Parts: sequence; C-alpha cells; structure tokens
Amino acid sequence: MSKENTIKEPLVRIVKKDASSTKRAILVRAVAVILALVVDAVFIFAVTGINPFGVYGVMFKATFGNKLRFSWAMRDLVTLLCVGIALAPAFKMRFWNIGAEGQVLMGGLATALVMVHLGPALPTPLLLLVMFLASAVAGAIWGVIPAFFKARWGTNETLFTLMMNYVAIQIVSAAVNILRGKASSLGKLNIGTEYGWFPKLFGQRYYINIIIVVILTVVMYFYLKYSKHGYEIAVVGASENTARYTGISVRTVIIRTMILSGAICGLCGFLIVGGRDQTISANTAGGNGFTAIIVAWLAKFNTFYMALISFLLIFLQKGAGEIASTYALNDFAADVITGVILFFILGSEFFLNYKLIFRKNVKEVE
Amino acid sequence: MVNEGVKIMVHPHSVELKHITKTFGSVVANDDVSMNIREGEILSLLGENGSGKTSLMNMIAGIYYPDAGEIKVHGKVAEIRSPKDAFDLGIGMIHQHFKLVDVFTATENIALGLNESEKFDLKEVRKKAEEICKTYEFDLDLDQKVYSMSVSQKQTLEIVKVLYRGASLLILDEPTAVLTLQEIKKLFNVIRAMKKNGKSVVIITHKLNEVMEISDRVAVLRKGKYIGTIHTYEASESLLTEMMVGQKVELNIDRPTPKNIVKRLEIKHLNVKNIYGLEVLKDINFDAYGGEILGIAGVSGNGQKELLEAIAGLQVTEPGASITYYPQNSDDKMEIIGKTPKAIRNAGVHLSFVPEDRLGMGLVGSMGMSDNMMLKSYENGHSIFLDRKAPKELANEIKDELGVVTPGLQTPVSRLSGGNVQKVLVGREIALSPTVLMTAYAVRGLDINTSYTIYHLLNEQKEKGVAVIYVGEDLDVLLALCDRIMVLCGGQVNGILDGRTATKEEVGRLMTSHVTNLEETAGEDDVDSEIYQTEPSKAAAEEVKANE
Repeated sequence: MSKENTIKEPLVRIVKKDASSTKRAILVRAVAVILALVVDAVFIFAVTGINPFGVYGVMFKATFGNKLRFSWAMRDLVTLLCVGIALAPAFKMRFWNIGAEGQVLMGGLATALVMVHLGPALPTPLLLLVMFLASAVAGAIWGVIPAFFKARWGTNETLFTLMMNYVAIQIVSAAVNILRGKASSLGKLNIGTEYGWFPKLFGQRYYINIIIVVILTVVMYFYLKYSKHGYEIAVVGASENTARYTGISVRTVIIRTMILSGAICGLCGFLIVGGRDQTISANTAGGNGFTAIIVAWLAKFNTFYMALISFLLIFLQKGAGEIASTYALNDFAADVITGVILFFILGSEFFLNYKLIFRKNVKEVE
Repeated sequence: MVNEGVKIMVHPHSVELKHITKTFGSVVANDDVSMNIREGEILSLLGENGSGKTSLMNMIAGIYYPDAGEIKVHGKVAEIRSPKDAFDLGIGMIHQHFKLVDVFTATENIALGLNESEKFDLKEVRKKAEEICKTYEFDLDLDQKVYSMSVSQKQTLEIVKVLYRGASLLILDEPTAVLTLQEIKKLFNVIRAMKKNGKSVVIITHKLNEVMEISDRVAVLRKGKYIGTIHTYEASESLLTEMMVGQKVELNIDRPTPKNIVKRLEIKHLNVKNIYGLEVLKDINFDAYGGEILGIAGVSGNGQKELLEAIAGLQVTEPGASITYYPQNSDDKMEIIGKTPKAIRNAGVHLSFVPEDRLGMGLVGSMGMSDNMMLKSYENGHSIFLDRKAPKELANEIKDELGVVTPGLQTPVSRLSGGNVQKVLVGREIALSPTVLMTAYAVRGLDINTSYTIYHLLNEQKEKGVAVIYVGEDLDVLLALCDRIMVLCGGQVNGILDGRTATKEEVGRLMTSHVTNLEETAGEDDVDSEIYQTEPSKAAAEEVKANE
C-alpha cells in the first residue's frame, strides 16, 4: 500500500442526537457534578494544600449549617427567582429584557416613597396594598417604555432596556440623596414607626417574600403553559409571521407581556424593600436582574426548573463566600472553585444534545 | 503498486463512492450507497424529496463527512473534510441557495474564492473570468452587483466561480427549481458546453423531463438507498418513476367537472406596493368561484404571495381596491379588504390559507401537531385557559386520515419531513371547513405520493363547493388540476385561461411577457407579437428571434 493512500478519519466527530431520556439526563448531570468536585479537589489541594473535603464541608454549611443560614439562602433564592419569573414571559416571547435591574429598582423606589410619604397616613394593610400597587406600576412603566418603542417603531429592545437600567440607577441615587437629607446615610426607612415593614412570620419578615414567590412560581408556570396569553407569547416568540397569519396582534402581545414582566420586577423591588432591606439604594437589585437572565434561559422558562437553578447559584455563591472567610483565602480562589462546578454543570448540556464519535482504532497488520 | 491498466479504461471514473452511509440522529440519509461518476458525463441524480440526493453530494463536496464508506477521486481514496479539500480535488458544488455577497460585483465575488497564497488582483481575476465566460458562452456582466442580478444570473455566477477555481466535476443541486422555461433552456446549453469542454456534471433533480433531456446517465436513489444507474437512452419516464417511487404511480391527476359554480370572491382594482414603494400588484381584477379550482401561474416573485396575503388580510393595499366576499347562504355581500385575519374570521368568513412558508408562517415549528391545531381556534370559549382536548383530537384525526408520520403529537413539527409538515398544515386548514381555500406552492418539495394526496384533498374541497385558489409552479400540474388558470407576470394579470384547453406554451409565454397595458393589446389577433413589442424583455426578445 502506498503512503498517500493511508488517510485518517478525523479523531472525533460531533453529531447531534435525539432528545435524551430523563434517566440519562439525570445521570449526565450527576457525573458532571462528581467530575467538578474531583477537579476542584485537585485544584484546592494543589494550590492551597487544604483538605478538599473540609472545604466542601464548609461550602455545604454555608447554606445548610443552621436554620437561620438556610432561611437566608431561601431569602436570597426567592429574590433571584422572582426576577427570573418576571423575565420568563419576556424571553419566551424573544423580547430581550436586559432591563430587569432597572425595573426592580424603580419598583423598590416606588415602594420606598410610599412608605415614607404615606406611611403615617394609612393603616398597615392598606399601606402594604398601596406599596404593592405602586411598585408594580413603576416596574411596569419601566418595562413598557422599550416595549412600546419596539412595537411601534421596531427599535432594538436589548439596548433600550439595558440603558433604562442606568437611568433607573441615577434616579434612585438622586432619590436616596433627597430622602437622607442631612444624614450621612439613608439607613432603614421609618425606623421608629416601622411603617410599611412586612409583618414578621415565624420571626422573620422575609418569610412573606418566600410565600409570595412560591405562589408566583406556580401561577407563572400555569400562565405560560396553559393560558391563552401564554400560547400567544409562545407563537409570537417562535415566529411573528405566524402570529400575524393567525391574527394575533403582535404589538398588543409585546406591550401586554412587558407590562407583566416589568410589574413582576417592580413587585420584586417591593419584596426587597418591604420584606428584606427596609431601605433603598442603587444596589438594591444587587445584580439579580442580570443573574436572573441565566436562570430563565437555563430553565427554558419552566419556573420550577428556575427554582432549582436559582438554588444552585445561591448555594455556590454562599459557599464561595464562606470558603473565603473560613480559610482566609482571597475571593478569587473561592470563585474558581464555584466556577468549576458551574462550568461542568453547564458543559453537561452539550452531552445531552450532542454525541461524540471517536475514530475506530483499527490497527492494520503490517 | 498502481496497476497501469486501470488508467486506460474506457470510462475512467471521476468519482467513485463505496458503501457510503450517513446518519443524522436516527434518520438514515444514505444507506450503503456505492456508485460512480464518469469522466466527462452528465449524470442526473434522481430521487424523491428526502431520498438523500443532496446529502450524498454534500459528502463529495466536503460539507458532510460520511459515517462509513470511502470516496475515490480519480481512482485514489480521498479524504474530503471541507469544501476546500473538495476544490483541491477539482470538485465544486452549486447549492440551491446561492452563497454570494449581495453588495459585491460578480468579479469581486469570484475573487472571494481565491486561495490565500494567490495574489489579489481584481483585474487579473476579471480577465480570467471573462475568458471562462467566452469559452462557455455565459451571459454575465462581470461588473454587475449581485443584488441587481436575476436568479438565473446569480446561478451563472456561481457556476463561473466554481469553474474559476478549476473544478472538473460540477454538482448542481436542483438548478432548475427557480428558473423559467427559457432560463432552463439556457442553463442546459451551459451544461452541454461544459461537457464539451471535458467537465463532468452532476444534476440533482426530481424532474423527469429534465433528466431525459439533458443527462447521459441517471442514477436513482430511493429512501437513502441506491437503486441503480441507467443510460438515458434506455430510460423512459415510467421506468424512472418506478425506480424512484418503488411502484408504478399513475401520473393522471383527477379533474372533476365543476358543478354548481357560484361566485365567492370578487377582486377589483387591487394595487399593492412593497416597502420600497414599488408596485408589486397592479390593478388586479378577477373572480373566484365556489366549486372550481382557480390556478395561479407565474414565475415566483411576480405578485403571487402579495395577492394571497392581501386576500387573507395580511397585506396593506392601496386605496380604491375591493375584495368582496359572497357568503354561501345569504345574499349579503361583504367587503373584507382592510380587515385583519381575526376580523375576517369573526365576520364568519371561512377563509383558509396554506402559505408558502409553512414553518415560518403557517405553523409554529417548535410546537407539536396538537398545539399547532389550535393556532386559529385557541381563543374559542370564555376561559382564560386553553382547551387542549379538541385540538388533540383533531391532531389524531389528521394523523390517521392523512397518514402523518410523527413520533408523537408533541414532537415539534419542525422535526417532521416536508411532506408531513404540509399534511399537518393542509389538514388543519381543511378542518376549518373553509368556503375559500388558498394554497401557495402546496406541493413544493413534496414527493409524488404526498403531492397526489394534496391534489386529492383539493379536489375534494372543490366538489364540496369550496372556492380553491391554487398557486403553483409546475405547469403540468396546473394544466391537469385547475379549471381556470390565471397567469401573473410583473404583478399583473396577463390572462385567464381555461385549464382544459390551455397549452403549456401558452401559459409559459404569458408568464414571461411583461405587458404594460393589457387592454391595449386585448382583442388583437396576433396578441403575442404585440405583447413583445410593447415590452421587449430580454427573454421575450429571444423568444421572438427563435420564432422567426
């Protein structure tokens, strides 16, 4: 056989495969987590010399260490999840709402203003109701402005919603300055009177946040999957031409859905200000508006999956913080550890959608 | 140890395929295919849609890599991993969708294919390209920008591009699908010129008459398997059909005599402008009757899409137009122009529309059959929640009645084959019990069996008294199926013919004769020459010359 005839097949080929079974999906993800832990263990031991199992223990304890820590984790989880729920209908409609951060802030600001200005005048239930409505309206307005421009003139919603964030940040900063007056910082609002603070439930105000978000999770799931509105959102998201053909008014659906998305973001601001912080600052949304984008997309807009993914992200975030403080590591080392875990879990998606075919190793007899 | 004798065979093989298999997921596109392409021949690769023609050729052209088997080029085992590898072996493919940069000129597009090592000299490229055009008698302006070219010119440019890179084997994927009769003739001349210059040409097609006309040999694929290769002089259309579909298929389309014809739609003075302000429909006037099939012929892009969409309420029309609907059981006529699809539906007009873009307009690709069934009916009932029971039943019914092959009602319809997608769409539109049924290219891309299912369904609707409007591209089908044929050209009605008496040439000529004012020429004895004189389009002018 002459030399130029020995030609090699490529070593690895990537082939798209049919949908994986649930069993396989769970297996692949489990393997991914185990692999991530092994890689992390090697990293931890090689770089710091610390016992990796100790590190994992600390990480685990950050969320599950005691009742209070767990409740904190749940509090942060529902904040993230709430924004994710708000984004789900927008993204399902393929409307790139990158403006959740601003919508949450505007909702929070409306809540704070109602607390401060109407707090003394209204009885608590009515005050909470007004706070709730004001936050939803403020968030909805912030969401519907880019939606209106897109529906009417076809502007790009990604840039529009993104820039609305910065406007919101500036407005909130200005409002905070006005509210604090001559004080050095704003501090808790209505600190003496506790007007507009959520009532305590099992000793914590934020339990109300958890209950509300759990309800929202279920309602949004059914809204998207079983309601006529949800169907319209799916059709518009898949193809505007099909929507037109069907007689769905694309404009109406875009505007209606963004009112909903913005209102839930605003509601999240209400939960943060009323139930968690009792104050407002430009950091109130805390980046949840951006992290929630990952949550919504990874879960393919299924709100129950979104809860799981939010949990994973919060668990990793808490764990990284705890590792850093316990071992006096710098934040970056802790971030590498959680980053590796995230990388493997996201990477496992590839193996659920594609398969690799390796070259068959046939040795020819000389 | 090369055997010297191999080189002086009577028919040296340009490309040999041995036991080629290619799968996509669970779909087997090619199953153990072994065939060859000879030096200097025109080979037709024939098969129904989905028979694996294009994927097989894509492996020669370096787009796909086979899962099993080997490819020999000029007797040597070749590894073709990319289109560049293919070009290095002298193989070039012209795809159905052209890969040209719109804002570049022809010459610039040719230069895009240069190797990195070659000097970038546009003048040199132009000179060489000009020589190629001369050799093969191509009609191509090398300085013209691609966006102002006709489909046929773009195709010619693609061919020049491939020849420029020194291809000795050209693969053309369904090259005639987008061409007019005259353009097809031109293309065939080009192909013959290439053969004369020693090139091998493969044409992927499913049109039998073209196979018979142009090729030396015909290779047939069926459902991914290789059936055989025969010389064209030994072939007949019925033999090839049999090879293609496996069993003999009666090529006669039914055309029941129309009964109880009633006027259903009256279109008057319909004008439509596109977003650039160009007139795409100019003063369209016609009636559609319940109980007949009105065919609409024309080269695609001559206003068919806009016409149907205007009737369906999807197209903004110019003032002064009217589309009047005559309901079945009452004398009250109804004006539907300017109404949205929903308003038309709510007014009680059962207007069904099978659009050209099935997955992009008629259906939602990511949804299953069941959810697609309720696209037009999801609003029924007062609940804010969807009723999924009725659509599911309907989906099951359509699946059984039309034999839709799908793994399940929830499987996204975009994963189904073209024929099954169309069955879902047509099934749904017919289930709405229409009084007007409009279809755009209802059988495009479908295999013969599915096409006949569609013809049958349309005839059934016609006999039920539905006004069927059938926009088609295959003249043979239009002439066999339709009661009347309206020919559109340049956004105008060039004539309405009786489907039973019209000839193919008649329709073909009306399709390519751009008339500025029909009234002026109507009533004249020698209409044709009159038409050609009013608007001497290039193709028409040639036709005149040929007639003389």
